[in-house]
Amino acid sequence: MLWYTGKRLLQVIPVLLGATFLIYFMVFAMPGDPIAALYGDRPPAPGVIEQIREQYHLNDPLIVQYFYYLAGIFQGDFGVSYSGQPVNEILARTFPVTIRLALLAIFFEMVAGIVIGLVSGLRKGGIFDATGLGASLVIISLPIFVVGFAAQYFLGIQLGWFRPTVSSGAPIQDLILPALVLATVGFAQIVRLTRSSVIETSGLDFVRTASSKGLTRRRVVPVHILRNSLIPVVTYLGTDFGVLLVGATVTEGIFNVPGVGRTLYQAVLRGEGPTVVSFVTIMVLMYLIVNLLIDLLYAVLDPRIRYA
Amino acid sequence: MPDNIPSTSPTRRLEHYVAPLEETPLEEIDSLKTDGKPSNLWIDAWHDVRRRPMFWISAALILLVVIVALFPTWFTQVPPNSDCQLSNSNGAPSAEHPLGFTRQGCDVFSRIVHGAGTSLSVGIIVTLLVFTLGVLFGSFAGYYGGWIDSVLSRFGDIFFSIPYILAAVVIMSVLANYRNVWVISLAIGLFAWPATARVLRSEILRVKNADFVTAATAIGLSRFRILWSHVVPNSIAPVIVITTISLASAIVAEATLSFLGVGLPSTFMSWGNDIAQAQTTLRTAPQVLVYPSIALSLTVFSFIMLGEVVRDALDPKARAQR
Amino acid sequence: MSAPLLEVKDLEVGFRTQAGVVQAVRGVNFTLERGGSLAIVGESGSGKSTMAHAIINLLPGTGHISGGQILLDGQDLATASEHEMEQIRGRKIGFVPQDPMSNLNPVWSIGFQVEEAIRANGIATGRKEVKQRAIQVLKEAGLQDADRRLKQFPHQFSGGMRQRVLIGMGLAANPQLLIADEPTSALDVTVQRVILDHLESLTRELGTTLLFITHDLGLAAERAEQLLVMYKGRVVESGPSVEILQNPRHPYTQRLVAAAPSLASRRIQASGSIAAAESSIAAEASTAAGDEIDLIATAEARAEALEAAGTRPPAIIVENLTKVFKIRGAGEFTAVDDVSFQIAKGTTTALVGESGSGKSTVAKMLLKLEDATSGKIVIDGKDLSAVSPKELFRLRSQMQPVFQDPYGSLNPLRNIGNTISEPLSVHKIGTKATRRERVFELLEQVSLPRTLVTRYPNELSGGQRQRIAIARALALKPDIVILDEAVSALDVLVQAQILRLLADLQAELGLTYLFITHDLAVVRVIADNVCVMQKGRIVEAASTDEVFDNPKEQYTRDLLAAIPGANIELGA
Repeated sequence: MLWYTGKRLLQVIPVLLGATFLIYFMVFAMPGDPIAALYGDRPPAPGVIEQIREQYHLNDPLIVQYFYYLAGIFQGDFGVSYSGQPVNEILARTFPVTIRLALLAIFFEMVAGIVIGLVSGLRKGGIFDATGLGASLVIISLPIFVVGFAAQYFLGIQLGWFRPTVSSGAPIQDLILPALVLATVGFAQIVRLTRSSVIETSGLDFVRTASSKGLTRRRVVPVHILRNSLIPVVTYLGTDFGVLLVGATVTEGIFNVPGVGRTLYQAVLRGEGPTVVSFVTIMVLMYLIVNLLIDLLYAVLDPRIRYA
Repeated sequence: MPDNIPSTSPTRRLEHYVAPLEETPLEEIDSLKTDGKPSNLWIDAWHDVRRRPMFWISAALILLVVIVALFPTWFTQVPPNSDCQLSNSNGAPSAEHPLGFTRQGCDVFSRIVHGAGTSLSVGIIVTLLVFTLGVLFGSFAGYYGGWIDSVLSRFGDIFFSIPYILAAVVIMSVLANYRNVWVISLAIGLFAWPATARVLRSEILRVKNADFVTAATAIGLSRFRILWSHVVPNSIAPVIVITTISLASAIVAEATLSFLGVGLPSTFMSWGNDIAQAQTTLRTAPQVLVYPSIALSLTVFSFIMLGEVVRDALDPKARAQR
Repeated sequence: MSAPLLEVKDLEVGFRTQAGVVQAVRGVNFTLERGGSLAIVGESGSGKSTMAHAIINLLPGTGHISGGQILLDGQDLATASEHEMEQIRGRKIGFVPQDPMSNLNPVWSIGFQVEEAIRANGIATGRKEVKQRAIQVLKEAGLQDADRRLKQFPHQFSGGMRQRVLIGMGLAANPQLLIADEPTSALDVTVQRVILDHLESLTRELGTTLLFITHDLGLAAERAEQLLVMYKGRVVESGPSVEILQNPRHPYTQRLVAAAPSLASRRIQASGSIAAAESSIAAEASTAAGDEIDLIATAEARAEALEAAGTRPPAIIVENLTKVFKIRGAGEFTAVDDVSFQIAKGTTTALVGESGSGKSTVAKMLLKLEDATSGKIVIDGKDLSAVSPKELFRLRSQMQPVFQDPYGSLNPLRNIGNTISEPLSVHKIGTKATRRERVFELLEQVSLPRTLVTRYPNELSGGQRQRIAIARALALKPDIVILDEAVSALDVLVQAQILRLLADLQAELGLTYLFITHDLAVVRVIADNVCVMQKGRIVEAASTDEVFDNPKEQYTRDLLAAIPGANIELGA
């Protein structure tokens, strides 16, 4: 396990360097003055321009600029925003909100997705299964902003069950609706994945052998079928987190959740390039860390990886 | 025939029972049983797909979208952009304007009809890009292995580590002055291919050790020719499935970027743009938001549904799970 | 007089498919006495495994018992509720499954899986006692260091070790009946023998009644007193094992006995008069079946051909061949260690060994699919390590392989015609029309109809696919064919058919065979010379008769003794 963890940590380093370089390259290797390109026709205050020029070392060669930028990242320095406020300060304020929203969404999609997927898989071909399959296909087809607006309009405005937008401080009860919206896509995927995984596992030899030992169905289902079916579901969570990050940007925008996503959303809408870059970098870092954790979790779940 | 049942005495004298030959006629050993039409994976898949209503529904919907995209004027005479009058802002439907007006007073139906082309072209360009890059990277990495695999796979990992919509947000922000269908397709496709490459790579790893590949080597076929004539054709099925679905994802991605404001300029007819512009009047005129949302979701749904049918037909595992 | 332990009456098992119900078991009857042993024998698709699964009521998929009774101690299992079955499984009926690789849950430790069986059957309660019992169970199953290995996971165990664990679990609750479904067919013969011996002594000790499922007639006769031969879901013959083997009465059983290589090889050893008598039975069987499979005649014909081959120059010379694989982090592994042998033109040499012996690596180096680390391979006077790419291309046409897996050896997306003609088009031989003619000719040589040219492999059986693979190998008119476990995956009757085809082709075309196999029994009927490999080295090389009659090495003797059925006295 230790060896695996070490190997996995070493593997993440080139990816981390590559990803940050790629983002940097996309922004600063473009022809013309990057500042002008980033701000278009809405230049910020001259003081801010100066700060940005300094921050990105725009007079040095590209590779040197990149290393300054990288050094900044490792010191936890993501530069300044459009208004001149340090990104770190914004992050300290918004990050906890997004984490809360994301955890809530993951909780919803995991619990509901796995339960429905398991029941569908065990009752393959039944009415419940057919309905679940059809519904999940429809849900996957709905873009998240469509789901968001529909939920906001019907559940928030028309029925008044939830606050259509999140109040300041983002209390947990206000986050329920955005979290549900955020959870939809992942939920449908987890239902399908759990279902097919449960069906596949149920047909494996060791499940029959478990029954032949005299185990009851009530023990075989959770211990042998569900336990093994969870491995691909956990693996999927890595990809899902990427979808969740993009979804959070949209959802936080729609429901006005004061999180990292809304900050990015507003920066994009206002065309504040450097802030966009900072926050995309932050999200990519989050994505890499979460995927690293999921890989470690995968090794916990599957001894074949752990002892490889 | 009860007297033929082997019975045993306490001393275990077992009876030697022989079934009458007429009850168990012998067949020729390993007799040939091919009476139907020739069949292989693709022929079987087509037979399977043909029998499924889901296939015909999705195919009809996709055909409709394609026709609308190619010949918008067959469906509406109202120009989508040039005929907008603020006096019609969020106006009610009428005979000439069946879905009413947007906040800017443009005809909703006409905008949806003319937006189909944008969605579809972005979807197709992205899909071609993703397919090409995915197949090249995936097949070379999986087939040649060793350091080629290491380099190509790490390269793919880097692109995979940035969710493609976030990457597109950055690219589109930087290229604010060059936003068009080609640029947005490139922005999406450039970071969306690693998933395809990974699927193909693992499939190729499975196929490349098959005995028919070794047999081809023993015949004297070059490695490169074996890759394209034996290995890739037998590995491509799952790629076809995710390519169909990636068309849907690309359409969603374009709409999402437009919704975020880094998509196509508002002069372009785009469902994402329409939805983004309608959100400001969600409380007062929700119908303006509903129609482009339906058009978008239905188009996406038809491709997802097609992907599902294709998966069921091509993946024996998925077929068994129906 | 006690009632029988298990009585199966008119059992019917069906599987629902899109095309209606397929009957897998049709009206099977048998009785198994307490303390007795019964083997169900049949080829794949005969319904023998379905029988085993029906008795413990764990039929896969849409399978269901559609008629008849399964009486265990008078209780009908065919109509028992799931709850009642849960009480019976493990406690009254133990089950040892077929494939040790797939029958243990990879995510739980061995200890966990054994302990859960013990707890489910109420053998012991309390953590300590359960653990103690688990260690005891595993020790009895032959795992000496059980206490240490309890925390390990299945993938850390070898196949044989896993099978011991499965046997231990099957016997954990001391059931009255143990069903063993091909318990060792995935294992090497020597391991198979040890495990079966152990299973036999354990069940004898405990007084367990044994129901054995196998495809191997020799194994069945050796391990069970009672035989039940199944064919297409029906019982064709049943009775005392030795009697059935000595005097098979149903034509199907006669076919099986005639085709089983392990039994055939025994016959050749028998005296002339007995051999004559046996072949007359086999001839009778053939006439009755309207089909000719007689391995004895094949073997005798070979003996004559061999005498003529002695003076010809060798087609293959292998000298001091060595292959070392570098394993990351684990140093080096010598797969093939200083191997030398020669094969005379027109003869067959068998390379025999268990898994990991390096026999397939030798084949790969001969085919130049793998480069040798050191040593020399000379084919037709040319040193393989020194040939130019152009020469190699020409050499390839003289030496073609046939592989083991019939399902992997043909490209599923190519039709049969294109598959067979591919070597011709790659080597730019002939025109399209002449190639087509050659494909027809080849199909005829492997006894398949011309109409197959437009068909795809998925419509063919395993044996037919191997025929196609042979036709493809022969397309370029090679001198040498390397048969890498080419008949190992086939049912005995089909195997015998293909072996006969190979012998005929050799006689007709003067082919030289390198026959790679783990199955010493098959060697007897096909090979002229034998090289026995163990851990990368050739431990014994001699003519087939010498190896069988007078083995010099202990390892060869072990391998010979492990051939199932080899101990049965047929001439009794």
